[in-house]
Amino acid sequence: MTIVTAPPPPVTSRPVRGSSRRGAMRWLLPLGPALVLLALFLAGPILWSVYIAFTNETLTGSASVHSRFVGVANFVKLFGDPNFLNSFLLTFVFVIGSAVIGQNTLGLIIALLQRGRGRVTRSVVNGVVIAAWVVPEVVAAACWFSFLAEEGTLNRVLGVSQEWLYTAPMLAVILANIWRGTAFSMLVYSAALSEVPADLVEAAAVDGAGPGRRLLHITLPLIRRSIMANLMLITLQTLASFGLIYALTGGGPGTASQTTPLYMYEQAFRYFEIGYGSAIALVMLVIGALFSLVYLRLIKVEDA
Amino acid sequence: MTRVAARAAALLALALITLAFLGPFLWVLLASVQPEASLAAKPTLSFSLDNFRAVLTWDTIILPLINSIVISGATAVLTVLVAGLAAYPLSRYQLRYRRHFMLSLLFTTGLPVTAILVPVYAMFFRFNLYGSVPAMVLFLTASSLPFSIWMMKNFMDGVPVNLEEAAWVDGAGWLRSLTAVVGPLMAPGIAVVAIFVFVGQWGNFFAPFVLLDTPEKQPAAVTVYTFFSQYGQVAYGQLAAFSILYTAPAVFLYVAVNKYLASSFSFAGSVKG
Repeated sequence: MTIVTAPPPPVTSRPVRGSSRRGAMRWLLPLGPALVLLALFLAGPILWSVYIAFTNETLTGSASVHSRFVGVANFVKLFGDPNFLNSFLLTFVFVIGSAVIGQNTLGLIIALLQRGRGRVTRSVVNGVVIAAWVVPEVVAAACWFSFLAEEGTLNRVLGVSQEWLYTAPMLAVILANIWRGTAFSMLVYSAALSEVPADLVEAAAVDGAGPGRRLLHITLPLIRRSIMANLMLITLQTLASFGLIYALTGGGPGTASQTTPLYMYEQAFRYFEIGYGSAIALVMLVIGALFSLVYLRLIKVEDA
Repeated sequence: MTRVAARAAALLALALITLAFLGPFLWVLLASVQPEASLAAKPTLSFSLDNFRAVLTWDTIILPLINSIVISGATAVLTVLVAGLAAYPLSRYQLRYRRHFMLSLLFTTGLPVTAILVPVYAMFFRFNLYGSVPAMVLFLTASSLPFSIWMMKNFMDGVPVNLEEAAWVDGAGWLRSLTAVVGPLMAPGIAVVAIFVFVGQWGNFFAPFVLLDTPEKQPAAVTVYTFFSQYGQVAYGQLAAFSILYTAPAVFLYVAVNKYLASSFSFAGSVKG
């Protein structure tokens, strides 16, 4: 986000911070619609999920009419639920594999390889990688569905016969998500690398540092902040990833690729266990909030 | 390694990566124009537009695309209006809690929207909003607001305040100042926010999948999914043609704002040190 330093506040005939009601009206009125929408459709549901996570609310059966307060029962159930723990582990594997290792490293490698290349090379590589990012996630799933099918492109290239979505569902969704998300990291790192002063790297080269040492001791420390911020952002995006996995494997076979968002979906929208689903949602929100806080601390916003 | 060898190795690596990224696209591109398409990407010479002709019917693609346009368009317009209004005091006045507010917005952009959908669904069910397109658009607008307000404020900060002074001297209030002076000057920024929100909602699958009840209301994202989740009886060529028709607008709009979006990937401007 390119943030331009804020211009000084208006200092002409009007007072900057009105002490009158008219002053308050000037900022409350334009801010009003946004505040109402945010309160009703974001803050409201989040707060409500805190409430229903402590009830036995369902959409069918008796608990749909008479839901009652059940205390921490949902959470006790949650942390003793092997399916939830399984989903949690899979989410962890998915985030580490596809985001932290896959997208992050591949994005950095592509950005590094692109340095100093001609315009044509750069736009071809950028174009293809970004295309994978721009297509809607359901279309991305359709692409990978056919790519990994028994009759699909991958098996033809490798000369094997594998039903990848059944034999290695986690590997399949991890690869698909790397394919889909690498563009973001690549763009972040291209921007970061363009700010690394060339003379610093050259000076190290003159002193006899090889490419590996220059990368490790000069380039990477200089873009450290971008790396951390990128890791936080892609972790947040990947944690909540639903459409790609749902469309590719549906969480299966069995629960072999059922990450937490898919497990939450199953509980809340297939079995209509809204209270239990909200408890899962709440756990996800808390984890997301923690990462979001770390991200905020990392980027140290200059002017807000 | 010599310089030439290093250069060749880098180019080779880039070529391999590009090919690997192209792989999954191959089938969609080939199958869409092959009359007898299956799941295998066959490099045949048979070419026809039959698949496109077959999906271009009202129920298959036209209605879902219209739904997509209505949902994404309404969300984009509403988001721009609300975010534009909200950005004005945030950009122009010294508000006491401005910094807290902006940081809260940034914090909100990190929350997993996927998780928020459970309580939103429960809420929609209780208040009889389940299946309501306008209610869903309001939710989508609210979820797009944090980032949009943030972007909008940054674009607005780029418009010098002294340009508004003439308007104030003439007695214009904030609304006139915003619509007559600031708005036109930041038109490109408004377009970027609008397109950004539009493209985001164009690809949104989960929210309409959960919040809308009948197939007639569903946008193309959900239709594609139902198309290919019905194993066994899939017309693969048609699925590929559908995918291309549905993806094209998003790609086109992305290309239109690519230049502006690329610059937003530099954290350097926004972070210290």
